[in-house]
Amino acid sequence: MNSIPITHQLHSAQHWNLKPGWRTAIVLVALVVAMPILTVFGFLLQPATDVWQHLAHTSLPDYVVNSLLLMLGVGVGTLLLGVSTAWVSATCEFPGRRVFEWALLLPMAMPAYIIAYTYTGLFDFAGPVQSALRELTGWGYGDYWFPNIRSLPGAIIMLSLVLYPYVYLLARAAFLEQSVCVLEVSRTLGATPMHTFLRVALPMARPAIIAGLLLALMETLADYGTVQYFGISTFTTGIFRTWFGLGDAVAAAQLSALLMVFVFVLIMLERWSRRAARYHETGQRKRSLPRHRLTGWRMAVGFALCLTPLLFGFVLPAGQLLVWAMRTAPNVVDASFLRLTLNSLSLAGSAALVTLAVGLFMAYGRRLHGDRTVQFAVRVAGLGYAIPGTVIAVGVMIPFAWLDNALDTWMRAQFGWSSGLLLSGTLIALLFAYMVRFLAVALQTVEAGLGKIRPSMDDAARVLGHSPSQVLKRVHMPILRGSLITAMLLVFVDVLKELPATLVLRPFNFNTLAVRTYELAADERLADAASASLTIVLAGIIPVILLSRSITHARSRHE
Amino acid sequence: MGMHKYQKYRVGVSAILVLCALASPLQAAEEVNIYSARKEDLIKPLLDKFTGTTGIKVNLVTGKEDALLERLKNEGRNSPADLLLTSDAGRLHRAQEAGVLAPVNSAVLNALVPANYRDPQGHWFGLSVRARPIAYVTERVHANELSSYEALADPKWKGRICIRSSDNIYNQSLVASMIAHSDVAATETWAKGLVANFARPPVGGDRDQVLAAAAGQCDVVVINTYYLAAMLNDEDSAQREAAQKLKVFWPNQQDRGAHVNVSGIGVTVAARHRDNAVKLIEFLASDEAQAWYAEVNHEYPIRANIAMSKTLTGFGTFKSDSLGLHQLGQYNAEAVRLMDRAGWK
Repeated sequence: MNSIPITHQLHSAQHWNLKPGWRTAIVLVALVVAMPILTVFGFLLQPATDVWQHLAHTSLPDYVVNSLLLMLGVGVGTLLLGVSTAWVSATCEFPGRRVFEWALLLPMAMPAYIIAYTYTGLFDFAGPVQSALRELTGWGYGDYWFPNIRSLPGAIIMLSLVLYPYVYLLARAAFLEQSVCVLEVSRTLGATPMHTFLRVALPMARPAIIAGLLLALMETLADYGTVQYFGISTFTTGIFRTWFGLGDAVAAAQLSALLMVFVFVLIMLERWSRRAARYHETGQRKRSLPRHRLTGWRMAVGFALCLTPLLFGFVLPAGQLLVWAMRTAPNVVDASFLRLTLNSLSLAGSAALVTLAVGLFMAYGRRLHGDRTVQFAVRVAGLGYAIPGTVIAVGVMIPFAWLDNALDTWMRAQFGWSSGLLLSGTLIALLFAYMVRFLAVALQTVEAGLGKIRPSMDDAARVLGHSPSQVLKRVHMPILRGSLITAMLLVFVDVLKELPATLVLRPFNFNTLAVRTYELAADERLADAASASLTIVLAGIIPVILLSRSITHARSRHE
Repeated sequence: MGMHKYQKYRVGVSAILVLCALASPLQAAEEVNIYSARKEDLIKPLLDKFTGTTGIKVNLVTGKEDALLERLKNEGRNSPADLLLTSDAGRLHRAQEAGVLAPVNSAVLNALVPANYRDPQGHWFGLSVRARPIAYVTERVHANELSSYEALADPKWKGRICIRSSDNIYNQSLVASMIAHSDVAATETWAKGLVANFARPPVGGDRDQVLAAAAGQCDVVVINTYYLAAMLNDEDSAQREAAQKLKVFWPNQQDRGAHVNVSGIGVTVAARHRDNAVKLIEFLASDEAQAWYAEVNHEYPIRANIAMSKTLTGFGTFKSDSLGLHQLGQYNAEAVRLMDRAGWK
C-alpha cells in the first residue's frame, strides 16, 4: 500500500473521448503560437546560399563546439547547484535554512548579461581585484596567473549562477512533495541517507529536475548578451554575425531553424528515455518529512553549500551594482524612471497572465487528449524558449506585417480606405512575442504540476459523475494552484529581463527598464546602467519572494 | 425613468464630444516618426530642441540597425516610420539597397552636408563623423614607431595589440575600407598578420581595449575616438586615469587618411510626414545640432568651423579617408568573410 512510483502501462487507455471541437481548438492555438517558429522554419525551404560553404570552412565548427561545451558546462553547473541546494533546504534543518529557502531564488532576478558585466568589472585584468593584487605584489602583466573571467569557463559560471534557480525551484518542489513513506521505506530497508537520495528521491524527482534543466539549457542556447560580451563564438552569435555581418537573413534564419531542430531532438530524447514510465505516487499519506537536523561539520557544509550560489549569484553582483548606482543615480534617475518601471511591470504582468492562460490550456488539452498530433503541436509551440529573442521578434514581425498589409490592400481595393498596420508595432505584437518566447516556461511548470495528478483521480471523479470541466474545477485546480503561481511568476521575471524582442517590437516612445539598461551598457556606460538594472533586480525580487511563500504555503497545507 | 435615461444619454454624448475634442489636436498636431539606432540619450535632447523650435512632435523607437531595418522592410508601405537613423554608413547603404529609403533633394542639405558624407541621390545624409584611429600607451610606445593601419601587421607588434571582436560594425567598416582601397587578398594577408599580433583574443568593447592597454596588457589599440573622449571626461577616476595613459595617433596621414564612418539618416519610402522629416534632417545638420554632437558625445561635426569639445580639439587635426562611404556597405560582407578566414574572432 505504500507509495512507490509505478509504471502505468495502460496509460493510453485512460483518455476520455473529447469533443472534437476542443481538440481542434488546441491544435489551432498551437498553430498560432507556433507561427513565428514555423516562419523561421519556412526559411529552410529556401535554397542554401554560398554563405553555408563559407561558414562550414571557417567558423561553424567553432559555433557548434562552443555551444555544446557551454550547454554541457551549464547543465552540470545548474544540476550541481540546483539539486544539492534543493535537497539540503528541503530535507535538512540548519541555521539560516528559512532564509535560504527563498533567497536561493534571488539570482533568477539577475539578467545574465548584467552579472557578466559586473564580474568583468570586478575581476578583469584592469578591474579592482587584479589591480590591487598588482599593487600589493608589484607584478605586471604576464607575471602571474589569474583566471580569465571572459572565457568559456567564465560564461559557464555566469550562466550557471543565474540559471540554477530553475532546477532548484522545480527540484525542491518535487522533493517537498515526495511522500515521506517512500523515503522511510528506503531507510527501513537499510539504505543510508545518501543512498536514499540517490536511489529513491532523485529518480522520483527526475521529471521535475529535467524540466528545470531543460529551461536552463534552452535559455543558455538563446543567450546572446553574455557570450557576445565575453567574445565566445556560439551558435547564437553566429546567427547574428551571419545576419548582420554577412547580411544574409536567409542563412541566419536557417541557422536558427537548425538550433530549433537540435532542441526538439533533445526534448524528444529525454521523453524517449523515460518512455512509458510515469512518476505518480499512489500513496495517500502526505505527512511532512521530519527534517534531518545537521550538526557540526555537516551543518557547516550545508550552510556553505547554500551560501555559495547566493553569494556569487546575487550578493556580490548586486553589491557592485549598488556601488555603481549610488554614484550615478543622481544623474540618471529622473521622472521618466517611474514610467520605465511601470511599463516594465505592466508588460511583465500582462505577459505572465496571457502566457499562463495559453500554457494551461495547452498542457491540459495535451493531458486529456494526448494523441500524436496534439503532442507534436504542443512541443513545437514550446520551442520558442531556445530561440534568441531577436529571431522570435522577426518571426512575429513577418506574419503580423503580412496580415496587416494584406488586410490593408484588400480594404483599399474594396472601400478605397487604408486600414494601415493594425497589429504591427503595437503592444499586442510584443505580448504575443513574449508568449511565444516564454510559453515553454509555463508549459514545463504546469505539466510538472499536472504530473502530480494521478489518472486514477480523474477516473474516480468521472465515475462519480463529474464532467471534465467539473473535474478541472474541483480536483485539478486545487492541486495545480502552486504550479500555476510558479509558472506565472517565472514568466513575469523572464519578461522583466527580456531585451531583444522588446527592443525590436515596441511601439513609439515606449521604453522599459531592460531597454534603458541595454542602451547605457551598450554605450559602455556600465556604472550609469546600474540604477536601471538594479531596479529590474528589485522588481524581480518581489515575485521571487511570493513564489517561495507560495511553495512553502502549498507544502504546509499538506501537513 | 425616461428622464433618467435621457440624462444618461446626454452624459454619454458629451463624454464622446470631450474625447473627440481631446483627441483631435493630437491628430492634427504636426509630428514625425523615427526609427533610430542611436541610443535615446544620444538623440533625444536634440529631438526635444527640434520640437521646441518647430512645434513638431517627434516619436521615437530606438533599437539595433538591422532589426529596425527588418521591421521597416516588413511593414512596407504602411510603415509609420518617416526616418531611419543609423550609427554607420554601411547600414544606410544596406537600407538603400533594400529599397526602403526615398531620395531627398534639398538645397539646404546639399549645402550643409559635404558630398562625401551623403548619398549622391540623397537617399541618406551623414550627421556626425566617427573616426577610428590608433591609440598608444605613451609609456611604452613612441609615436614615430607608428605609421599606418597596414603597419600594425608588422611582427614587431607581436602580443602588443588590443582590438575588439570582428562582430563589431566599426571593425567591419575599417576592413571594408581597406578592401576598397586595395583588394581582398592583400587585406586578408594584413588581417592574418594583425591577428598574429593580438595580445589577447578580442573581448569587450572599445573602452575595454583602453583599460587593458592602460593596465599593461597591450601597447596599441584601435578605437573610436568618442569612447576615449568619454573616458577622459568620466566621473570615475579609474576611467580617466586609464585613458590619460594613451594618446591618439592618426594613421595613414601620408596616404589616404584615417578611417572614418558617419552616423546618418534617410527618409523612408513610406513616410507620411515627409516635409517634417526633411525639416528634422536639416535641423540635425544645422550648426546648433552639429555643435551638440561635438560637445556632448565628442563626435566630429560633418563640417569644419563648428565648435568642438576641448577633448576633441586636444586629439589634434587629421586627414580623413575620403572614400565614398557607401563602399563600406558594399564590402561589408566580404570584410566579415575575410576576418572569419583570418581567425579574427
